[in-house]
Formats: sequence, structure tokens, C-alpha cells
Amino acid sequence: MSMMGNSAGTNVLGEGASEEKGEHARLASFVGAMAISDLVKSTLGPKGMDKILVSMGQGNHVTVTNDGATILKSIYVDNAAARVLVDISKAQDDEVGDGTTSVVVFAGELLRQAEQLVNQKVHPMTIIQGFREACTVAKAALEAEAIDNAGNDEAFRADLLNIARTTLSSKILTHDKDHFAKLAVEAVMRLKGSGNLEMIQLIQKAGGSLKDSFLDEGFILDKKFNVGHPKRIENAKILLANTPMDTDKIKIYGARVRVDSMSKVGEIEAAEKQKMANKCEKIASHGANLFINRQLIYNYPEQVLMSRGVTSIEHADFDGIERLALVTGGDICSTFDDPGGSKLGTCDLVQEIMIGEDKLIKFSGVAKGEACTIVLRGASSHVLGEAERSLHDALCVLQSTVKDSRILPGGGCPEMVMARAVDELAAKTPGKRSLAMEGFAKALRMIPTIICENAGLDSSEIVSQLRACHADAAVRSNMGVDIITGETGDMVKNGITECFRVKQQILLSGTEAAEMIIRVDDIIKCAPRQREE
Amino acid sequence: MSLAFDEFGRPFIIIKEQGAKTRVRGIEAQKANIQAAKSVARTLRSSLGPKGMDKILQSGDGEITITNDGATILQEMEVEHQIGKLLVELSQSQDYEIGDGTTGVVVLAGSLLEQAEVLLDRGIHPLRIAEGYEMAAKVAVAELSRVSEKFEFSPDDIEPLVRTCMTTLSSKIVNRCKREMAEICVQAVMAVADLERKDVNLDLIKVEGKVGGKLEDTVLVNGIILDKDISHPQMDKEIKDAKIAILTCPFEPPKPKTKHKIDIDTVEKYEELRAQEEKYFKDMVKQCKDSGATLVICQWGFDDEANHMLMHEKLPAIRWVGGVELELIAIATGGRIVPRFQELAPEKLGTAGLVKEVAFGTTKDRMIVIEDCAASKAVTVFVRGGNKMMIDETKRSLHDAICVARNLVRSNAIVYGGGSAEIACGIAVEEAADRVPGVEQYAMRAFAEALDAVPTALAENSGLPPIETVAKVKSAQLKTKNPHLGVDCKETGTDDMKTQGVFETLIGKQQQMLLATQVVKLILKIDDVITAGRYD
Repeated sequence: MSMMGNSAGTNVLGEGASEEKGEHARLASFVGAMAISDLVKSTLGPKGMDKILVSMGQGNHVTVTNDGATILKSIYVDNAAARVLVDISKAQDDEVGDGTTSVVVFAGELLRQAEQLVNQKVHPMTIIQGFREACTVAKAALEAEAIDNAGNDEAFRADLLNIARTTLSSKILTHDKDHFAKLAVEAVMRLKGSGNLEMIQLIQKAGGSLKDSFLDEGFILDKKFNVGHPKRIENAKILLANTPMDTDKIKIYGARVRVDSMSKVGEIEAAEKQKMANKCEKIASHGANLFINRQLIYNYPEQVLMSRGVTSIEHADFDGIERLALVTGGDICSTFDDPGGSKLGTCDLVQEIMIGEDKLIKFSGVAKGEACTIVLRGASSHVLGEAERSLHDALCVLQSTVKDSRILPGGGCPEMVMARAVDELAAKTPGKRSLAMEGFAKALRMIPTIICENAGLDSSEIVSQLRACHADAAVRSNMGVDIITGETGDMVKNGITECFRVKQQILLSGTEAAEMIIRVDDIIKCAPRQREE
Repeated sequence: MSLAFDEFGRPFIIIKEQGAKTRVRGIEAQKANIQAAKSVARTLRSSLGPKGMDKILQSGDGEITITNDGATILQEMEVEHQIGKLLVELSQSQDYEIGDGTTGVVVLAGSLLEQAEVLLDRGIHPLRIAEGYEMAAKVAVAELSRVSEKFEFSPDDIEPLVRTCMTTLSSKIVNRCKREMAEICVQAVMAVADLERKDVNLDLIKVEGKVGGKLEDTVLVNGIILDKDISHPQMDKEIKDAKIAILTCPFEPPKPKTKHKIDIDTVEKYEELRAQEEKYFKDMVKQCKDSGATLVICQWGFDDEANHMLMHEKLPAIRWVGGVELELIAIATGGRIVPRFQELAPEKLGTAGLVKEVAFGTTKDRMIVIEDCAASKAVTVFVRGGNKMMIDETKRSLHDAICVARNLVRSNAIVYGGGSAEIACGIAVEEAADRVPGVEQYAMRAFAEALDAVPTALAENSGLPPIETVAKVKSAQLKTKNPHLGVDCKETGTDDMKTQGVFETLIGKQQQMLLATQVVKLILKIDDVITAGRYD
């Protein structure tokens, strides 16, 4: 590496900018990435710990979480390589919803191995090539290891339950994981493969205990009926709208009211009122008995509607209206001139229910049975926040499994299988690439090692036992780390399974991110933009 | 700082705020400039070639770019130094003109300046050096044409093109699936190429990206992709045989540009205005419907009421579509951009075989795909990848590869890569130097030396002993008279780039030499640098 440096001291960059080259750059990026990986490492696995995040903004809002993506999203990172890892964790969250910690830890371990190889004077490009070949082999091994129960409904449902339980076991919900796994599976099964997670609504209500959380078929809207309206409507015909019901302004540009006497103000006021009355009249003529608007409804229109026997709910937000449209099958209207043309939503029963102290509106017997609502109960908003994140992870994983029904045994078993395949490849490969492959296999084995360490087990002992279990390629073994007994155990028998897609994504994105960081030999930081105070 | 004196010996101020300005002149200025240019070139040097490394660039706002593309590195590193800026522009003009070889051109310029420095120390006048370089560049360009070969391909046989694109992509992070990517690029170029006029309109190729999935999921869409969604959640998400109205007027009451006020002072006026407003919306939607459109694409927003009426009329609509995309849609679908509702007519509508909204991942990201356009020429490469940086870098790499394919369609002459062309030129220039009388011959020899920088850097980046490797290749070229021998970066066992199938376009290489020589001449001619003091 030529390290002549800026010998003449000519600074071509702007003031405040810095440039790191060669070894320094590589060191900076490796160290940064490993620091991030170490940060989230302790949250991995069923005995992983949580982190408290205190926001810098007003009120020092506190979040307690175990979710890798949430932790990384909330911390401010300056190191460029660390940013790459934060980014992959976010992408993992968007794509499959789970495995956000594992992907970062895996990439970090790969870089740790790469650093050692670079110190042994292996060219970074050679390392990358080795990693790539190892990744291909590992992917093939992963595919071979997968179990597919798509044909068998009952087995598939059991798989889903196991996966949900495995995902939840590392989260705050672990004590009630059976309960929540059932909730999650039921919710996802209702979607009937459509995979539209929007149909599942999660509502947090403080109070009660986590066990009191329940799944409600139908839809719950976190709103109240307007005062004085009936609290229960059977066979509801629902008109969904997005229209101003406060002051329906004239939108023609430049229009303003300018009058020369008080009496005229009164007249115009009356005309305005009349306009609103007409609108209400039109709305009523749709034949609906429930009117739900995205925007506010003022007292006057509400009263007019009431007198026509139409109950109204105001200020349901965008999501609420869209979901309602989805589940009740009605159109979202903004004009009301054609009563026949707009489709009304239907629902067997709309009623106000109480959860804890709060009143909510429940729509049951909706046209599309796919939607459902999970109401989360818990001691505090922090618990609920974390519960929602955990459940969201579980739902995402289940959805991925519904799309691609292949599953894998958990507890570090697939990692051991992949590591064996990579080791075999390394033994056959001539050249320095094989060193990189060995490193790749070591990084894979670090995942069960960390799971053990987090659980306070003798990691070296257990991982070496696992290695022995998986040594023979011809014999299929489902052995993995059994945290409960603290020994190795058959993962399939213990019902610890994971989703194939998540694991595959971890392998691919982790390798990709590591590769990106290894390729770097120069970091140029521009002068930070001057912020105006 | 030189000062002038009047007849009484008092100093004279010639330049305004002279004290605040710094000034470097003479040989010192040249040396300082060369130093700056070299330090920029040195940054890029390690990115050259198939085993070149990447750079992380952190912008002032903390945004991170990871790239291997010379033009992007220079652009993002915010060079302050005036000479450094010249090099940034140099790589950009190579980017605009050719689209590839942006790193090579800067490395070459840096090396030319390094050689010039030695000559300056020997007391050769900068302009004589510049002249010598100019003569050498002429020889080199002629030599390039001589060693170039015609490259045969046809629309049915795109394999040679794919292989050229693979050479370009092999130095980038996407080289894991360079074969797939190269095929996508070539197909994209062939789809829009006008083979008779030998031209490719790159505006018709759009490269879009979305985070998620794998690199292998990248596809070529025979149409256009918009990062938008259908305006109303309940409109149809899939429209077959769409007739598209392309509008640049909002679905809102008109806003005349002249300032005006409408005073409402009686109830009648209020009623009238209200009726007027209602009519506006009805007319707008009716005009769209009457023209026979089945899809409305609009540059502006919709009022809630208009949106509902469109839904009611079963007219799906897309709002807030950018100007560039709108034009592209118009070209692709054969429609006309209509600025007023009144001007809508059936013949102004564009047609597309299929328009659909697609969703990605667990988030609510949606995109609109317009396929099988009537006047179908536009294509979109849709890039998927693990994270945003990966996608950005892939987009840049694809851009380079697409440019290479376009250059080949324009002119199908190629030279071989791996530094073989530079070595061949170096040999030719050295021969020519011996026949030149005068000081210029030293400059020409220096030029030949400088050309070695590219193969040297290639060898160095690939972990080969640089000097030894280049010397070996050079002597082999002289001995066998085979100009296709280069540096074997990928350790395939042969030095013959023709067998390895590594080549670049002739115009790209020629452009590199000409542009680098020009900039070097420009820098050598500067003998005085006056920097204005910071304005207080």
C-alpha cells in the first residue's frame, strides 16, 4: 500500500474535511462495524437482554426494546461503516420484519474474521471472493436443510405456531408466548394467504396484564360515537366519507365575503347553513344509518344527520377510513350527488365497547372476514410498545412463512449445517480464498456461541458438541442449542423452528454488507454543514 | 508579494484589498498546482481496475455514499482546491461524453503531471512540456486507432456486447451477478437503440431502485416505473389496455395568474359561486371521461371531491407525477401532454397494454408499472438490493455499463483493456520521440512514462508486483508485436486480453487521452495563483 500521504501538505479538500486512507480507513470501518455489532449482540437469542433508549428530543422519551432494528434506528452513528450495518438492519426489517439483530451480528462477525485475514496480508478482494463462494455453498446447504410442510394443513399450522413461539421467545412476550403465538397465527391464518398485514390492526390499551390481550374478529376503531347517539347499531349500512363537515369553504381562488350591512352577513350565514343542510340531506339520502367521516363533523351537520336517523362518527384518520373501506367493502366518498352509485359498507353490528377505561367502537360481522384486531393490554406504555413491536415481528415472520412455507430448525442448527458445508468447501479449495472460507464458517458458528453466552451457558462446550453432531454430512441432524436444559437438543422435537426466508435474507444481506465494508480503502468526510442556530 | 512604488518610494496599492489576498507565482505556483492534482489522483488510483477498492464518502449532512466510480467520488468529496476542481471537472466531462473510464482519466492526468514535475526541475519551460505532450497525445491517439479492432454484433447476436459490459461491471460491487446485469443493460440499450442512425437516446432508459430483495431480483421492465400510487385506495389497481390522459392541470378550481378577488355580498352570488364550483369538478371529470381515457396521470394534486368523482366514474388516477416522468410517459405511450381539460381529445391519449400497482415488502411501499406502451421505446431497469447504498452504487454501475453499450452501438471500434492499449501507445510514443528534434522529445518520453501509470496501478491494485509485471508485459509486446498483451488482473493465466475478452471502446480510450492532455496543458500554463481573501 503506498502511503505517501499529503507530503507537501496541500489540502485539496475543504476546511473541516478529513480523509483516511488505506490501513487507517480499513481499521476505522472495521472497528466501527464491530462496535455496532457488539452493541446489539447481547440482545440476541431467547435470553437476550433489552436496551433502554432515551431520546434526545423534548421530554427524553424512553423506549425499552430488544428489537435490533429499533435500537439501531434510534442511535446516532457517525462512523460510516456502522451506518452500513444500521442500514441493512432497517432493510431486513422492511423486507421480512425479523432477524434484524442477527443480520448485524453476522456481518460484524464476518468483519472480525476479515480483519484477522487482512492482518495476515490477504488481499481484501481475495477475502471477498472467498466469502462469496462460501455464501453460495451456505445458501445451498440452507435450502437442503429446509423442511416443507405446505401440503399438510395441520402440520403447517403447527409449524406456524412453533415459528411464532420461537420468534416471541426472545422478546418481552416470552412468558405468554403460547398465548401470543396463538393470537398471531390466528390473525395471519385469517388473511388466507393474501398477505396484507394492514388488515391486522394492533391497538394498545394500558391496563390489565399482557395475558388479557385478545384477538377480536372484526374491526375496532379507536373512536367514540358523537354524544347522544345510539351506542349500538344492528345491520349497519355505513357511508364512509372524506369530506369537510365543519365549514365547507368555497374553493374558488380569491373568493371572500365582503358585505356592507349586518343583515347581509346574516343572509350569507343562512345560505352557508343551507348549503350544509343540503349536503347532510344528500348524505342521508344514501340510505345509510351510520356516517363515518375522516374529517371533523361540527355540531350542526351532526344534528341534522341525527334528525334523519343517521348516526355519525367524526375524525377517523386516514388509516382508519382505509381499513374500514377494506373490511366493510364500502366506497370512500367525497361527493354525494349520486346515492345509487356509491357503495355502502355493511356490517352486522356496530357497538361501543369498553376496554379498561376507554370506549372503542367495534364493528363485528363485517363483509370481509379477513380483518381482525388484536388488542394489547399491559402494565405500561413501554411494555405495550415493546409488545407491539414483538408481535409485529411475529406477524411479519408468519406472513413470510405463509408465502414460502419452508421452515428450518432453530437454535443455531442451520448455522452449524452451513458452517460444515463451507468448511468442506474450504478443504477442497486451493489458494488463499480457502482462508476466507474458513473465516466465514467461523463467523457462522459465532451465532450459536453468542446465543449460549447470552444465556450464561458454556458456549465452547455446547458449540463443539453441536459441531460433532453435525460433522457427518450424510446424516441429517436437527441438533441445536436448547436454552432451557442448557444442553444440545433436537430442535424439531422441541418445536423450535424458524422461517426459511428470514434466515436466507440474513445470510445474503449480512454477506453483502460485510463485502461492502471490506472493499473500502478510503474514507473521505466532507466538512459538516454549518447549521444556523 | 510584489509591490509597486511611486516616485517618492511610497508603496502603491494595485489590487484591491491586497493584504487579504494570497499569491503564489512562478515555478512555485506550478509545483503547488501539480501537488494538489497529484493528491486528488492518488485518492482515485486505488479504485482502478477489477480489483480496485471502494471509498466511503460522508457528506456534510452525514449522508453516506460507497462507490468505486471516479466521477462520483470526486463529485462527493467536495474538493476545495482550484486545481483539484479542474480534475473533478475532467472526470465529469469524461462521464458526460463517454460515461465510463472516469477513474482512468484522472489517474492518467495525475501521472502526466508527476512526470512534468521532473521535467520542470530540469529547467524545461512548461509550455515546451505542454507542446511535447500535445504531440505525444496525437501519436497515442493514432496508435489507438491502429491497434483497435472492429467489433461485430447484431441485434440477434448480443453476446459480444454483453461481454464488454461485463468488463465494465467487473470492477464494481455488482460483479457477483455481472452476467445478469450486463444482459439487462444490453437488452435495455438494444430496446431503445436506433441501429440505422447508430444512436441511442439514453433518456429512454430509466434506472429505478427500491430497497429490499436481492441483487438477483433486478429486472428489466419493458415500460416505465413510477414511484407513486393510485390516488384513491379503492380505484382499480390493474388496468388493461389503458388509455392514458396525461394532464398538467390540477383537479382543482382554476387559479388565474392575475391577482383577483371575488367579493361575495349577496346570497345569490354565494349560491352562484357554489354551483360554479361544483360544475368545475363535474366538467373536469366529464371531459376526461368523454375523451375515452381509462387512466388519468396528472402532474398536480387532486381535490378530495374531484378524487372521489374520478373514483365514482371508475377512472383511476395518479397524481403528483414529476415533469420528467410525465414526458417519458408521453413519449412511451404516444400520448400528448395536455395542459387544459378543454383540449382533451381521444387522439391525444396515450395507450399502454397494462398499468398496475405493485406493493413491496412489509411496508406500504407501492409503485406503478406501465407496461407494453404503444410507442414502446422506453424501458426501465428496476434495481433491488440489500440496502440503499448498494442500490445507489448498482445504479451508477449500470449507468456506466449502459453508456459503454451505447458507445459500441455508435461506433463499434474497440481496444483491448488490462492496460494493453496504454502500453502499446507508450511504445509508439517513445519511438516517435526519437525522431523529434528539440526539447519536446523529453516531454514525449515523459508522456510515454506516464502512460505506464495505468497498467502499474492495475497491477498494484491486483496485488501483483507492479514494476516487474509492467516490465514483463512491455517487453513481451515489443518482442511479439502483439498489442493485446496486458496485465492479468484476474490471474487467469494468460496476458492476452483478446483471449480474456477484456476490452473497452476506442472512443472512450481516445477521449481519456485527449481530455487528460488538455487539462494537464491547462495546469502547466498557470504561473500565478491569486486567492481572494475571505470576505468578511
